[in-house]
Amino acid sequence: MARYDRAITVFSPDGHLFQVEYALEAVRKGNAAVGVRGSDTIVLAVEKKSTPKLQDSRSVRKIVNLDDHIALACAGLKADARVLINRARIECQSYKLTIEDPVTVEYITRYIAGLQQKYTQSGGVRPFGLSTLIIGFDPHTHTPSLYQTDPSGTFSAWKANATGRNSNSIREFLEKNYTETSGQETLKLAIRALLEVVESGGKNIEVAVMTREQGLRQLEEAEIDAIVADIEAEKAAAEAAKKAPATKET
Amino acid sequence: MESVFGLVGKDFAIVVADSSAVHSILVHKTNEDKIMILDSHKLMGASGETGDRAQFTEYVQKNVALYQFRNGIPLTTAATANFTRGELATALRKNPYMVNIILAGYDKDVGPSLYFIDYIASLHKVDKAAFGYGSYFALSMMDRHYRRDMTVEEAIELVDKCIREIRSRLVVAPPNFLIKIVDKDGAREYAWRESIKDAPVPVAAA
Repeated sequence: MARYDRAITVFSPDGHLFQVEYALEAVRKGNAAVGVRGSDTIVLAVEKKSTPKLQDSRSVRKIVNLDDHIALACAGLKADARVLINRARIECQSYKLTIEDPVTVEYITRYIAGLQQKYTQSGGVRPFGLSTLIIGFDPHTHTPSLYQTDPSGTFSAWKANATGRNSNSIREFLEKNYTETSGQETLKLAIRALLEVVESGGKNIEVAVMTREQGLRQLEEAEIDAIVADIEAEKAAAEAAKKAPATKET
Repeated sequence: MESVFGLVGKDFAIVVADSSAVHSILVHKTNEDKIMILDSHKLMGASGETGDRAQFTEYVQKNVALYQFRNGIPLTTAATANFTRGELATALRKNPYMVNIILAGYDKDVGPSLYFIDYIASLHKVDKAAFGYGSYFALSMMDRHYRRDMTVEEAIELVDKCIREIRSRLVVAPPNFLIKIVDKDGAREYAWRESIKDAPVPVAAA
């Protein structure tokens, strides 16, 4: 008879939960994901590691919706993500069935984080190896929100954040360049942030935009390419402007 | 004394339900909506025990939504009907739902369809169906006048005939009816047929 009473996540002598920290390592190896909150738009952008030629890329969706007004992107073990996403989707409908109201972004984040925490304090299981970025609009106040959870089960709200590969550099970029934006500007900021660590091009990033009226909209490759081209042009113009005064002096 | 009936037309399906909420000899309200919109292209008209009706139709609605989020495509009407019947069947020999259901849907490849699901979990795909005492009159009218491929106008004429029969021949006939339609453009309310309107609420004196 299998015994599930032996915990896998136990404290180390100096107060660390090594399994949780190793899970965070798994997250750090996962694809980069960025979330940016604007005043009327929230954007998620995720790195797409090179797709094998024979793979049907439509079957690998990295940004998913949990409900009409909530979406999620993650970095880390994708198989673990499937389990969490499934549970969260069920919870969204179950909540609506009992409360007759859609979930708030905070509620579903708390639920997902609670689930991740449970798996750090149960016998025979390991923590989920992923961090999530959860975006959405609250049902009655319509305020946009961006939350992040991690394998330890902590969560917090953010104006903009990144997780996964090179998340520190992306976060630095966001800290330097974040301003209150809306609409297309929010979209550009998110893509610019992701392009700091990802090769530019529509086939290397997956981008989705959430607005209150239209819900979640996944961008087509062509649209992403166009915005990337815009960003490159702006960068080139900025470079040229920097160089121009220097040549005038000589 | 509840009535629910439905029929399939050329490229649409209609579900009609009475809108009285009754408790013993008291009529709680005359504008109760008994036709649940399950998703963009499905209607579920239900009659029976009030609590069971609301509980069960909402349960089906949320499961239909969950399927769509999980799989990225909506459930077909046929699959929804079979799911519904399965849930009724599972509960039947423990704690049965006392709800009779008429499920109407529009699928792009199949067109409109109508399903008759009764409280002991029978399932039939049909062109016309009816539940309740009103069914005696509605089914007879539909048997006489229904044709395949009716237009919306013709179908509504038939619906009105049925409502007229129910109103005139049923001893405790429900006064008001709600008509909903589902076609390629989606599921929506079509019209009310009211013979009793709630008394206007007097405005508080300034």
